[in-house]
Amino acid sequence: MVKLMIVNKMKNQLIAVSLSICLSIASFTAVAAGDEGVQLFPVDINVFDTAALQQGARTFVDYCLGCHGANYMRFKRLAGDLGYSEEEVEQYLLPAGRELVDTMTAAMDAELGVEVFGTDPPDLSLVARARGGQWLYSYFLSFYEDEERALGWNNTVFPNASMPHVMWELQGVQALAHQDDSHGEPHGDDSHGGHPNPADQFELIEAGLQSPEEYQRTVQDLVTFLVYLSEPSQLQRHRMGIWVMLFLALFAFLAWMLKAEYWRDVH
Amino acid sequence: MARPASSMRSQISALGNWVDKRLPVSSFWRDHLSEYYAPKNFNFWYFFGSLALLVLVNQIVTGIFLTMQYKPSAAEAFASVEFIMRDVPMGWLIRYLHSTGASAFFIVIYLHMFRALLYGSYRTPRELIWIFGMLIYVVLMAEAFMGYVLPWGQMSYWGAQVIISLFGAIPDLWIISGDSLVEWIRGDYSVSDATLNRFFALHVIALPLALLLLVMLHLTALHQVGSNNPDGIEIKQNKDSDGKPVDGIPFHPYYTVKDIFGVGMFMLLFAFMVFYAPDGGGILLEHDNFVPADPLVTPEHIKPVWYFTPFFAILKAVPDKLGGVVVMGLAIVVLFLLPWLDRSPVKSIRYKGWLSKISLTIFAISFIRLGMLGIGEGTPAELRESQVWTALYFLFFITMPFFSRMEKTKPVPERVTSSH
Repeated sequence: MVKLMIVNKMKNQLIAVSLSICLSIASFTAVAAGDEGVQLFPVDINVFDTAALQQGARTFVDYCLGCHGANYMRFKRLAGDLGYSEEEVEQYLLPAGRELVDTMTAAMDAELGVEVFGTDPPDLSLVARARGGQWLYSYFLSFYEDEERALGWNNTVFPNASMPHVMWELQGVQALAHQDDSHGEPHGDDSHGGHPNPADQFELIEAGLQSPEEYQRTVQDLVTFLVYLSEPSQLQRHRMGIWVMLFLALFAFLAWMLKAEYWRDVH
Repeated sequence: MARPASSMRSQISALGNWVDKRLPVSSFWRDHLSEYYAPKNFNFWYFFGSLALLVLVNQIVTGIFLTMQYKPSAAEAFASVEFIMRDVPMGWLIRYLHSTGASAFFIVIYLHMFRALLYGSYRTPRELIWIFGMLIYVVLMAEAFMGYVLPWGQMSYWGAQVIISLFGAIPDLWIISGDSLVEWIRGDYSVSDATLNRFFALHVIALPLALLLLVMLHLTALHQVGSNNPDGIEIKQNKDSDGKPVDGIPFHPYYTVKDIFGVGMFMLLFAFMVFYAPDGGGILLEHDNFVPADPLVTPEHIKPVWYFTPFFAILKAVPDKLGGVVVMGLAIVVLFLLPWLDRSPVKSIRYKGWLSKISLTIFAISFIRLGMLGIGEGTPAELRESQVWTALYFLFFITMPFFSRMEKTKPVPERVTSSH
């Protein structure tokens, strides 16, 4: 029993090590993807946080799946990966009239999308791999009211995006913060230890159902799910990799011993 | 009980003899492994030949499994790759072994080629080994380029568009024009389903066959003259009374066990990339390639994969399109000429003078730096720097016949200086 606990502890440590490696790579990816002059907000995305995945999946189904699809993803897969049973997936995530084996297609058809938004809402299966988690996180925090736009919304991360702020009832309504011209200092610099902060760029002109902290958490969970969604096999990949590498380390060590033995007579 | 065992053994050896009379199995084993003598002083740089072979096998085996699910059509290619990544059991592993394997192939090949530059492995009598090796490199570039188009993402599509259009710079000759050549390669007026289909054919059949043939020629030529070594000494010139090179050891078992260790270390690093950084921070698998190919939307920043970027930087460094293509072509062609440009009395960098050492260092830095600049967005400052490194890249080859002959070299010892 004690032995089993030690093994489990080791396993957890290994997962933690591989996780920190993957996180550092993920953040590198995010920086690379967001390198377009837009200031992105820092966020840690952990795809092994099952609670975040579950909450993110619910937000995704409630707020995204109406217009966007994730056409390469099957509902069934959420059961194992999100720590849900198939019954729970049916209960919490499966829209009426869909089967578990179905792919996560949009409820709305493409033609209606073109009619309403002027464009067919893109498939979200791979959006996190194309844009990066940090970009998505910043995007969801950067909607503001703009009367000039057809649907009344604009976004600083993706200027003139066709998408309205679908989560506005959660966040409330933001407006661009007035630039403090008398000092001439750009906002979002150095006031929070060098990290850009949404509070510097926007002011909340109408409160939402969630506090700013709660909304940031909602968005972080949603982005966690989107990162998972972009490559569901990453869960398996991270768990498997450490064992493969341990095996190869042992293999290389034995090969070195064998080499040393054979080479003893070479002078 | 001893009799049945020994009669079994004699039966097996009888079968062996039967086969051996009809197929040269044991003589092949002797000539190329158990009695093929390799210098005993191979160092770190000598792992990459066998590793290149390992990666080639990896690409072929994983490639076979990928073709079982991949659909080479513009309508289905992108989705079929995602099907492999999500719905095929372990499909993601096969795909990452193949995509990471492509990058690993180039890392291994570049280190293998640099080894030849370090120790003069292209010099007499190994010119043909170098020529075959360079042909392998060129075919490998074509193979990798066409493979990169297959996932049919934005970067696949627009990368293909840009690279193929380079042939359009060729001036009109009789009935051939650059534009007609481009159209002939694409099989259409733009990169399309027809292009994808033929690239698939070339990627999975034509080029791999050419690669295997060239690898066979490369190895046959190598075994005809024997391996060079870090001292650049011909071990065949110093044989014992049995006619065996005194500084040689049989390839098997000595280098087979040593190479198995190299394989272990390589696979450890390779597995780390496959499992923990398969997209290499957007360098091995680019972000834009996770967006399906769209002929109507041009990505902001089109660039080839990292292993082509040194040549891409050279292409961009020349302000004229045709000039850029010609200079880029020359950057590869000039490598073929190395055996005749190097006129040093010694082979190895160990005994060459300081001019050779400095030149080779600058050349290596220029190649790496050009690779980094080729990834960049092409700002005026980057272009200017690319021009400087392009000049230095060519200066290495242009000045080689002079500095290699004029500089003072050190005396080469009779025997190899160090072992393992």
